[in-house]
Amino acid sequence: MSMFFTVAAFFLIVIVIFQIAKATEYVSVLKGEEQSFKQSNKVNGVLMIVFLILGLIGVYWCNKLLYPRMTFREGSASIEGEQVDKLFWITLILTGIVFFATQILLFWFAFRYQYKENRKAFYFPHNNTMEIIWTSVPTIVLLIMIVYGLRSWFLFTGDAPKGAMQIEVTGHQFGWEFRYPGEDGVFGKKYFKDIDPANSNTLGLIWQDNAALKQKADPATFDDIIISGTMYLVKNKPVELLINSQDVIHDVGLPQFRMKMDAVPGTPTRLWFTPKYTTEEMRKITGNPHYTYELACDQLCGNGHYSMRAVIEVVTQQEYDVIMAKQKPAYFRAFPDKDPSNQQPAAATDSTAAPGAATALRAAHDTAALALR
Amino acid sequence: MNNEAVLQAGAATLHVAGDHGEAHHHHKQSFITKYIFSQDHKTIGKQFLITGIIWALIGGFMSVLFRLQLGFPDTSFPWLSTVIGHWAKDGHITAEAYYSLTTIHGTVMIFFVLTGGLSGTFANFLIPLQIGARDMASPLMNMLSYWFFFTASVIMLSSFFVETGPFAGGWTAYPPLSALGDASPGSKTGMDLWLASLILFVVSQLLAGLNYISTVLNMRTKGMSMMRMPLSTWGVFLQAVLGVLSFPVLFAGFILLIFDRHFGTSFYLSDIYIQGVGALPHEGGNAILYQHLFWFLGHPEVYIVILPAMGIVSEVMSTNGRKPIFGYSAMVMSMFAIVVLAFLVWAHHMFVTGMNPFLGSIFVLLTLLIAVPSAIKVFNWLTTLWKGNLRFTPGMLFAIGFVSVFISGGLTGIYTGNSAIDIHIHDTYFIIAHFHLVMGVAAFFGMFCGVYHWFPKMYGRHMNNTLGYIHFWVTLVGAYLIFWPMHYEGLAGMPRRYYDYSSWESFKQFVELNRFISICVIITFAAQFLFLFNFFHSIFKGRKLTVKNPWKSNALEWTTPINVGHGNWPGEIPEVHRWPYDYSKDGHDFIPQTVPVGEEDNPLYTSAEFTGIKVEEEPAKAHKKAHA
Repeated sequence: MSMFFTVAAFFLIVIVIFQIAKATEYVSVLKGEEQSFKQSNKVNGVLMIVFLILGLIGVYWCNKLLYPRMTFREGSASIEGEQVDKLFWITLILTGIVFFATQILLFWFAFRYQYKENRKAFYFPHNNTMEIIWTSVPTIVLLIMIVYGLRSWFLFTGDAPKGAMQIEVTGHQFGWEFRYPGEDGVFGKKYFKDIDPANSNTLGLIWQDNAALKQKADPATFDDIIISGTMYLVKNKPVELLINSQDVIHDVGLPQFRMKMDAVPGTPTRLWFTPKYTTEEMRKITGNPHYTYELACDQLCGNGHYSMRAVIEVVTQQEYDVIMAKQKPAYFRAFPDKDPSNQQPAAATDSTAAPGAATALRAAHDTAALALR
Repeated sequence: MNNEAVLQAGAATLHVAGDHGEAHHHHKQSFITKYIFSQDHKTIGKQFLITGIIWALIGGFMSVLFRLQLGFPDTSFPWLSTVIGHWAKDGHITAEAYYSLTTIHGTVMIFFVLTGGLSGTFANFLIPLQIGARDMASPLMNMLSYWFFFTASVIMLSSFFVETGPFAGGWTAYPPLSALGDASPGSKTGMDLWLASLILFVVSQLLAGLNYISTVLNMRTKGMSMMRMPLSTWGVFLQAVLGVLSFPVLFAGFILLIFDRHFGTSFYLSDIYIQGVGALPHEGGNAILYQHLFWFLGHPEVYIVILPAMGIVSEVMSTNGRKPIFGYSAMVMSMFAIVVLAFLVWAHHMFVTGMNPFLGSIFVLLTLLIAVPSAIKVFNWLTTLWKGNLRFTPGMLFAIGFVSVFISGGLTGIYTGNSAIDIHIHDTYFIIAHFHLVMGVAAFFGMFCGVYHWFPKMYGRHMNNTLGYIHFWVTLVGAYLIFWPMHYEGLAGMPRRYYDYSSWESFKQFVELNRFISICVIITFAAQFLFLFNFFHSIFKGRKLTVKNPWKSNALEWTTPINVGHGNWPGEIPEVHRWPYDYSKDGHDFIPQTVPVGEEDNPLYTSAEFTGIKVEEEPAKAHKKAHA
């Protein structure tokens, strides 16, 4: 019912404005069209300058209000992202100058040169010098920005530094899986037709021989660790993300690190950067105890797109080692009988889990290698 | 017929009234051939315009609905459930409906409103009138182009009534999402209808574009060289060139998509496993291929939208500034440069798809270079205003507003075109702010500018100025309040196309800002009703035109009678002797294109009758008098 009244009120307002406007038209006929034209022209001329001044105040005020909410105050959370910020500031200054100059001129001219009965407009059809200047100056400025921008572009899209850790990121409707290569440092092979979530094979790792698909089990898959929804990174250690998608196009969006890359089914992509602060440090810098690095899907991927979130924990190397030591290879989730910790439950305490798992892995490798032979 | 006799004398060729133009003029027309299946370019232009306005209303209302969700994610609106049924559960728009609304909003605004409604209207209405032709090269093709567009509209509308809902995968329709019904319910029947609709729309655009090009190239009146055409004609002519060369590529992309959807091919599909369905047989396709095909049209499309607006604004600004457009040939050359470069920048939409970095760098170079012709145009508009004598008609206000939003939206293109910055802001609200200002609001302003300016020519009546002023100021302020803060959201990384941000630590801080934006959207949308009332009321009840040339314009369309018949000029088509921008030259306020060079002071050509500012009697009264 309230909606009905809102709509009714709205139409009432429109009709009132409409009637007033019609009335002014009749008045203008009585007063003479010339006279009323001059009057409304003056009003619009003044409004031009009013809009300019209020607009400039609005720009300032909006910036004051919203600037702290952008991530630019604390800066980029990755070392490479600093270049994005720098380029952004340079572009902001250059475009800012052009923005203020042109907008001020536009509305000032509109106000200054509004219709006056006895003024003649200046017949000025062209001027080659002026046109050459404002063709060449933007061209040169833009070329400089292109050169500057491309230097960063080639760094971002170039090879990751040697010794970078690698994490495989897989997007699916609607979540993220992160795979770590495990003890051997090698990602085992996978194939999309092997995906079988019912049997814990969420990524389609080739764990077993499969005659129908002409596959041999890849022993490198046995120690791969899969973590869903959270990615652990090490502070100051470059990380290369190997990006995949299982179904539709997703996108690994990392706003705080200033990085982004699509996840395309069938066409792997990559992305690398170096985290600068741990999550804890960032919480102190921003004074926000809930500060979290988030991975947002940035490519429309279906009705759950908005919920396709993952958390990124940036930690120190020691913390990272502790976290990783607690992880079990995904292989053992699918084949619990192969898990050594299940065979000797007493040994599976925190301090001994890591070496225990390692031995178990080696054993698993050997069996697999035998099987392959 | 008296005024016509003078006009013909002015064309330096004496005629007996009632020559071959008459034959054109008086053939019998039923209601159906006159108003529905009309082949008169002016009627077809109006059909495009009114269809465009209806779509703008629908598309705008969609944006209000999804902004309600963004601004008030926790508030329940029971009336929504009454209006849109199961699409709104407990007064909340469902995610599915949200994505359908954003998708169809984008599709109809870009294709139906700003391509069909803007260039369709003004290309049809203005080309023959401004170049001095009786009609388009092929009136039949012209009529067909409208009816293909109409059919496309009906099909798009019908997709709202299928069980699985309209397409919901974004106006860009990237596969695999758009190819697989299992990935999104909107990609089932809704997507088939979406594709069918747009394929018909492409056909409509090709028929129309070929017609515009051949008309401009072949049917200009005597003396109307290409460099004497008004910039508004240049704008629609060049957009037609762009459209004819790029729409077929989109068409091809759509055909491949249809094959992937229904005939088991794998052009775009590879290595897909859908949860709950299993692995699909497709292998070897490339999802990025579609994006190349799509953006090969998609980027020229934004210039298809903006070029007519630029032309209209140039024409209206010069007329109401009483000053020639500054740098006419630079304006034409920069539009040419835009047309050429428009084909070479498409992959800047794809910097984060994992493309070859070297290829990406080429697209950065070309993308930033396309900013140069746009910059030239802005400087030329500013110089046109400088030392003018500006009459703020509603058309003129929207022309100035156009330049303002075009600057604001255009400058952010330098951020998005530079791939290193684009990585950060790609697919965030920064992009929404950028393109809505530079090609959404700007093109709408160009459209309003054109409608207010040529309404008297279209309907022989004036629109109400006061309503026009209020409409302009509310819309200008509203547009900035809506889109300016979005830059900040985007720079904070807030992704576009999210249904709800409340579970995101990084983005939930923008809840109040989103609410503010949504309120501005509602007010700005409401202000458009002022335009709607004004437009439809003035068609029937507006103040009648008493002079042929109400804006004291130089262009050829104002030499036609107040109520133009089919065939445009009752007598011979006038001859053109000069460019259309001789305003304030040598002490003359304006010198119509039909005045021969050197004859500016000849009383025959300065008379109120010749220049079209003589107050004429209403035809009805004259008719009565003749009978008495």
